[in-house]
Amino acid sequence: MISPLLLSLKLALVTSTLLLALGLPVAWWLAFTRFRLRFLVESVVALPIVLPPTVLGFYLLLELGSRGSLGAFWERITGHTLAFSFEGLVLGSVIYSLPFAVQPFTAALASVDRRLLAASASLGASPWRTFWRITFPLALPGIVTGFALSFAHTLGEFGVVLMLGGNIPGRTQTASIAIYDNVQMLDYATAARQSLMLLGISFALLVLINALNRNRNWRLQ
Amino acid sequence: MSAPHAALRVELQLPLQQFQLQCSFQARNEVVVLFGPSGAGKTSVLDCIAGFRRPLNGQIAIGERILFSSESGANLSVRQRRVGYLSQQPALFPHLSVRQNIEYGLLDLPGPVRNARVDSALERFRIAPLSGSRPQGISGGEQQRVALARTLVCEPELLLLDEPLSALDLSLKSLLLETLFEWQREKGIPMLYVTHEQQEAYSLSRRVLVMEKGCVVADGEPRQVFSAPASRERAALSGYENIFDAVVEETHPSLGTMTCRVAGTDLLLESPLAQKTGGEAASLALRAGDILVATALPTGISARNVLTGQIKLIEDQAGMIELRVLCGKTEFCVHITRGALQNLGLQTGQSVWLIIKTHSIQFLRG
Repeated sequence: MISPLLLSLKLALVTSTLLLALGLPVAWWLAFTRFRLRFLVESVVALPIVLPPTVLGFYLLLELGSRGSLGAFWERITGHTLAFSFEGLVLGSVIYSLPFAVQPFTAALASVDRRLLAASASLGASPWRTFWRITFPLALPGIVTGFALSFAHTLGEFGVVLMLGGNIPGRTQTASIAIYDNVQMLDYATAARQSLMLLGISFALLVLINALNRNRNWRLQ
Repeated sequence: MSAPHAALRVELQLPLQQFQLQCSFQARNEVVVLFGPSGAGKTSVLDCIAGFRRPLNGQIAIGERILFSSESGANLSVRQRRVGYLSQQPALFPHLSVRQNIEYGLLDLPGPVRNARVDSALERFRIAPLSGSRPQGISGGEQQRVALARTLVCEPELLLLDEPLSALDLSLKSLLLETLFEWQREKGIPMLYVTHEQQEAYSLSRRVLVMEKGCVVADGEPRQVFSAPASRERAALSGYENIFDAVVEETHPSLGTMTCRVAGTDLLLESPLAQKTGGEAASLALRAGDILVATALPTGISARNVLTGQIKLIEDQAGMIELRVLCGKTEFCVHITRGALQNLGLQTGQSVWLIIKTHSIQFLRG
């Protein structure tokens, strides 16, 4: 059986990787579009920041359960419900951590000097080449930041997981829920150990990002 | 691919904030200077040709190759145009080395060909020792040389330069220009060079297009274009330091001259004959460098305008001396050399004579 901490790490890794793949195109669009209603899309992306996690979890529970359209569809093709499953947690976490990935991505992409992009195009590069050779490397610190933030945010997730995944050890019981559980059962020693682990991981992650970005900015100056 | 020596044909209309950009011109295998004040639309013209802006109407073509045509709807993307563009900012990729910057436009070529071309560009632009450096680590002049190499190594069919050297000092500038012109002659491609400095326009090209408020208002050799300024703005811009409102007093068709009185004064000037009649208003322009200064009344001289005045101000401007001389109520700006100043021993307050040839005086249109 997978421990709560490992489950949390796995969930965070899968979520932030998915957010990298899904969030980059959204961020690219937000950074470069001239669409006038862009702010509407930005608001939707930012919604999980202000929404209570329980509210988000509640709606997701309705949608992902057997009676929800997505839940029913998932049940038809896989044979089990999306709610109270790891896949369900992944989906919930992707939505919940979306702004933590997309916002740094967007800021990073938008900050790349447009003259460099114009130079790339006039040297004959396709938009694809311009993105991978110029935009992406120059935006990398912000992209790493977005990846790490969504990772850390997912790691600390509580409300959405509780609403959506319940508290099934080995399947949906993540570290933060296990800590809560242990405190409820007055097992402070285990809760303290788990808390310390989460604290250590989160801190180490932030130190790593800041060190990476600092080194990179120094090189580009 | 179009043949070398393909000419650029431009015809475009584009509404801008202040005015409508509306111009048409051609450029063959030559350097053409686009000259005009800031905000005249020069950069917008380059942006349309490069593909960064889409004209409302018109056609842009290099030889047979249509880059843009509002009629057929053709509009090649920036990368398909094969147009080199260099602006004041070198816009080097900061995360790539000098060598990687230069080979950026050649990534589709096979390795050995690419390397050979990059090597020869590094040699030619004298940046081989910098090839491993990052752009942040080299000087502004070196950065601009790298940018130039990066653009030219792609062998564009047209080169657009938007004041590319204005941030550099004189010696660096001439070195780069030399390399640039050598390349242009060798490849025989058209080159459009934007500048708002008249000196630069003189030294760069035998053909200048003057732009004002979105239109090409003059096209010709620098001497010819700059010596007959059409408007007050261009006169001031072209180095006509003295511009006066005047009234035509008398015309002398048999002598080919007219007598004009500077408006609001008694000062009379003899000027070349223009399409004007007595009593009509006119604007006169006169270069500060075309006025002679004498400390005694000159005799036996062909110049028809000899005015007496008093020196109000002597100012040392880099490389020359500017005098302000008051003749009656009219102040003239006069440029002389430092040697002349010392030789004549000129002082503020001293009385002098100004000598102006009839044909140094130009009429402004309108």
